Amino acid sequence: MVRTDVQLMLDVKSGDEASFALLLHRYRTPLVNFLYRMVRNREQAEDLAQEVFLRVYRARADYVPSAKFTTWLFRIATNLALNSIRDNRYQKLEDSIDSPARIDSEDGDDRPLDVAEQHPNIEQHLVEDVRVKMIRHAIDKLPEKQRAAVLLHKYEELDYAEIAKILNCSESALKSLLFRAYEALRVELAPLVAHQVRQ
Amino acid sequence: MRCEKMESRFLGYLDGRLKESERLEVEKHLANCSPCRLRVNEFRAVSGLLDELPVIEPSEAFNARVHALVVAEPVKQSWWAWLHFSPRIALVASMLLIAALWMGYERPVGPPPMDMAQADAQMMQDLPVLEDHDVLTNFEPLKELPPPVQQTDDDSDSQQHM
Repeated sequence: MVRTDVQLMLDVKSGDEASFALLLHRYRTPLVNFLYRMVRNREQAEDLAQEVFLRVYRARADYVPSAKFTTWLFRIATNLALNSIRDNRYQKLEDSIDSPARIDSEDGDDRPLDVAEQHPNIEQHLVEDVRVKMIRHAIDKLPEKQRAAVLLHKYEELDYAEIAKILNCSESALKSLLFRAYEALRVELAPLVAHQVRQ
Repeated sequence: MRCEKMESRFLGYLDGRLKESERLEVEKHLANCSPCRLRVNEFRAVSGLLDELPVIEPSEAFNARVHALVVAEPVKQSWWAWLHFSPRIALVASMLLIAALWMGYERPVGPPPMDMAQADAQMMQDLPVLEDHDVLTNFEPLKELPPPVQQTDDDSDSQQHM
């Protein structure tokens, strides 16, 4: 029989390390993807996901199953991601204005623009990925809280009550947040949306 | 119903998370409102586009890194936990308890007990003292003596002024 998240966490609390490994296996991919879509840097997303699991492990002794495990897990992840985004923004403000022009690389890491580095088939590569890049760019442009709401709603398929708890807002405020986010995405992705609607 | 009120239900409608009554209201509105119908179709398209983002897999070293972090965590135990799980400590504590009980039994508090012959000899030795005490307490001339004069404060003051 498959043990629930709460049962696994209670087993971790009573000293069962294997249950922690099961939770890690169950949530490492959704967590890394959520954080990657939040911070747009793979290495940083993995570091943050590791921090989330470490915090879960540290809190095992005091764990009380008062809410769904995923609510608790993604609340930690969201707070870490929002803090990281703010820290990065502060860091960028401190960057010298003499630094070279930068573009977003494939996996979201900022790197200097270097023409000699361009791959011969980059044009083809860009054409293939143009849709994905546009979608990523549209998500990146969302305010952090709207971005978190969309990611939790769309990819983690959490219900409204859970997402509202994670983002520390009411359900009606969350619905409004999601509506504004989808409106912004609709406008930002207008050419793709129009093409989709016509099909 | 007005479009503004309907808009907040569009996502729930697309997710299938509305109550039956709310879903019917939305469908009734959409049947008569082409702008809202377009908006719902556009939201559906946005949702479809979001599905196109590829899923990434964590690196192979991810589990090992988490495991290393967990192993490096200091082990926290309560005050009673170490006692509970240490048979060596429990053995030492029980030995100390037994030793304390044994010493208490071997060294009772109070004077050592005497046998009857010793007690009689001791009483005979103290008998003269007891007789002297009895004679003195019943000596008649001592009873006729006036009680001792106690010096009062007035007396001491008058003596100082003299």
